[in-house]
Amino acid sequence: MVENRPWLNIFSHIVLILGVLTVAFPVYLAFIASTHGPDDFMSGVMPVLPGPHLIDNYWQMLSQGVSTSGAPPLWRMMFNSLVMALMIAVGKIAISILSAFAMVYFRFPLRGVAFWLIFITLMLPVEVRIMPTFKVVADLHLLNSYAGLSIPLIASATATFLFRQFFLTVPDELTEASRVDGATPMMFFRDILLPLSRTNIAALFVILFIYGWNQYLWPLLITTDPQYYTVVMGIKRMADVADAIPQWNVVMATVILAMLPPVVVVVAMQRLFVKGLVETEK
Amino acid sequence: MQTKRTVFGSPVLPYLLVLPQLAITFVFFLWPAGQAVWQSFLREDPFGLKTSFVWFANYQKLFVDPQYLYSLQITAVFALSVAVLSIGSALVLAVAADRMIRLSQTYTTLLVWPYAVAPAVAGVMWWFMFNPTIGIMSYMLEMLGYDWNHSLNPTDAMILVVIAASWKQISYNFLFFLAGLQAIPASLNEAAAIDGAGPVKRFFTIVLPLLSPTTFFLAVVNMVYAMFDTFAVIHATTQGGPSGSTAILVYKVFQDGFIGLKLGSSAAQSVVLMVIVITLTVIQFRWVERHVEY
Amino acid sequence: MAAIELSDVRKTYPGGFEAVKGISLPIRDGEFVVLVGPSGCGKSTLLRMIAGLERITSGTVKIANRVVNNLEPMQRDIAMVFQNYALYPHMTVFQNLAYGLKNRGMAKSEIDIRVDEVARILEIEPYLARKPRALSGGQRQRVAMGRAIVREPAAFLFDEPLSNLDAKLRIQMRGEIKQLQKRLGTTSVYVTHDQLEAMTLADRLVVLNTGEIEQIGTPLDIYRRPATTFVAAFIGSPAMNLVKAHRRSGAAVFGDASLPMADDIASGMEVTVGVRPEDLTVAGTKDALRLTLKIAYVEELGATRLVHGTVDGQNLVASVPVDCPLGETLEVHAEPSALHFFDPQTGRRLN
Repeated sequence: MVENRPWLNIFSHIVLILGVLTVAFPVYLAFIASTHGPDDFMSGVMPVLPGPHLIDNYWQMLSQGVSTSGAPPLWRMMFNSLVMALMIAVGKIAISILSAFAMVYFRFPLRGVAFWLIFITLMLPVEVRIMPTFKVVADLHLLNSYAGLSIPLIASATATFLFRQFFLTVPDELTEASRVDGATPMMFFRDILLPLSRTNIAALFVILFIYGWNQYLWPLLITTDPQYYTVVMGIKRMADVADAIPQWNVVMATVILAMLPPVVVVVAMQRLFVKGLVETEK
Repeated sequence: MQTKRTVFGSPVLPYLLVLPQLAITFVFFLWPAGQAVWQSFLREDPFGLKTSFVWFANYQKLFVDPQYLYSLQITAVFALSVAVLSIGSALVLAVAADRMIRLSQTYTTLLVWPYAVAPAVAGVMWWFMFNPTIGIMSYMLEMLGYDWNHSLNPTDAMILVVIAASWKQISYNFLFFLAGLQAIPASLNEAAAIDGAGPVKRFFTIVLPLLSPTTFFLAVVNMVYAMFDTFAVIHATTQGGPSGSTAILVYKVFQDGFIGLKLGSSAAQSVVLMVIVITLTVIQFRWVERHVEY
Repeated sequence: MAAIELSDVRKTYPGGFEAVKGISLPIRDGEFVVLVGPSGCGKSTLLRMIAGLERITSGTVKIANRVVNNLEPMQRDIAMVFQNYALYPHMTVFQNLAYGLKNRGMAKSEIDIRVDEVARILEIEPYLARKPRALSGGQRQRVAMGRAIVREPAAFLFDEPLSNLDAKLRIQMRGEIKQLQKRLGTTSVYVTHDQLEAMTLADRLVVLNTGEIEQIGTPLDIYRRPATTFVAAFIGSPAMNLVKAHRRSGAAVFGDASLPMADDIASGMEVTVGVRPEDLTVAGTKDALRLTLKIAYVEELGATRLVHGTVDGQNLVASVPVDCPLGETLEVHAEPSALHFFDPQTGRRLN
């Protein structure tokens, strides 16, 4: 900093600490709620200090779930979420990196058309084409399946653009050197381009894993069989349970478990995550 | 469109490479979008027996439907509030964090994780906090003399979804502002200090103008977020209520299509949304193009 | 090892720009040929056409008596050293050297032997397990060389391989490349914009300008008898003085000096006279051919000093010993044999 102004530094700290607390407050309350028994939510104000039922609540949710909600145990839903998130992340990366490779390293008729077709996907979020997309998936008999959960979300212009952007920064000489060294296009892709894209792939993976895990509308629409419920959409079903009073303690246990994997991924891979986030928007 | 100086020559390979992406794009994006457009020109009788082509009748009906016009208005209020609230708080936090030399990284870690929380989960947490009977926020408001009830009061409901949606988005905006601030050369601040500008003056005359591209970019991104990605926040909490006061456009497409089964109207609404996304995307890309030239 | 033959090679870009305008050049087996010229003269394009990285618009390129116009770089049996080295950043030095051999299906034991041999020659054995980013500029340069050598190709192609190095290292590597090429006896084509590098390395020098050959010859030939004013100005440092003079009965008149010029040289009334700064010596009392240089400023080079001045309103530089006294003016002298005459219209040499 240019000059030393202690009061300004202290003020900044106060602002940041307040910010951190505000951001963390809802999660704190959710966690506290998940450590209490159901009776603590009948009247008065919600508890703000931990209760004794932490293990009971989480164990009950993971192993049985809320039987009246018709949802499977939480481990099952978390497993479904994991499968969906992984399929989406891996699938998106795979098809995007291949098409970006074609776009950057080949000149072929209709390349411009292909580019625009991919670009258009940016402008068609699931939310605006729910009904007909649902119909397509239903016609393909993909309702209540992992394929149905993931494949329709796999096309991604942002991932393609990220790889395209990165490939354009790879020196031409590397391609030329590999040609002189006798590499075919696919050998160049496998031996040079793929290893060089490692950090980009990892960064993108973090972003896409979160994207996949947090899907809500799509699983809500295409899963009617509880065996395919994902945890994020399952929360809603549990919150609605028993008509009137949701069992807040177990709903909040679900909330904590539903956010845990993506939050852990972000915190553990913060550097990659920030890189991925800032670069996909370039 | 750029390619490399050296390109590979192969007649078939590039098509094989783009095929998976194009196939998925076609089957799950273009075809349904086309269907939505086609459907928006049709009207189906309530039993689904007869379908007739009605040109723009669905659109005409849409734009005189008070419910829809109300939804448009709600969406604008919602999107603007979310953008202002989340961009504003993120800017304050980013400026404070940028002053930190050693702790900047720690504060970043403590502030970014809500990005990973699903909108639905964020909604449920805030819904819980504001619960009229046991929620801590409604309890505090009651002590202040305000009787909070988001299941009856439209304004309360709107405030709830705005807060829940903004809470999740702060971390995203914070990261972009912090990156933007760190990209401002220290020498500029130093030169301004030598020219006699104090920290506050420097913020408004140097830092804020230099951040304006970032701010503009975030404004567009946040609008898109508020209009499309917040479906889950609303569905998991207010479900559009009370009496349609939080039924933003995206929610209404879903409501009218899946619950009301008004296919023609829902399709027309989808098309209107597409036009909005396309406009916002074009604005965003225009900006990126211009920005890159700097 | 092989001879390379270029016949009327042209390169026209889709926009209509002619980068290479019909170049014919035979390169003998084992010869070290340097293509030199300013940026945009087409030297790199020509090299890349030999490598197979750039399509040939017309003409033929032969390597070892085989027309290679439509062959992939790999099939041409050449190796290339790039300006930025183009080392694969994610591979170790060993893997960088081995990659081309592996792609050719060579047995692993054979690869090990070859790589070790080359590493020994280039003294990069200690770095074989390192990644390129852990190497200094000079070491990277050696690895790039190694990657070319290990393949034992018919020819080496160098695309400004030294221009990313600092001045001192550049001179050292220049010497090493020269030695290595002599030792291996592999036909080499080397592109540079640095005339000094070109002079020191080449068996034969090809000076290019705007896609055409200005002159081909040994470095000394070119230095002593530049064929055009372009070559005269480009080769040699400090650059040759080129001044305008009038012709008058067996002499070229320049200021108050009259330079002897044989009558049999056909030309008009004007002539461009070239003289190298080092051929301008401080005039003794006996010297008849003298010029009075009005001194503008002096550059000290340590061993010599460069005197910049004007004669008859035209700029002239003389390289003189440091001990020579300087006043407002300096009397300089040139041997008639050191004078070069050029046609001012075409730039062609006259004598």
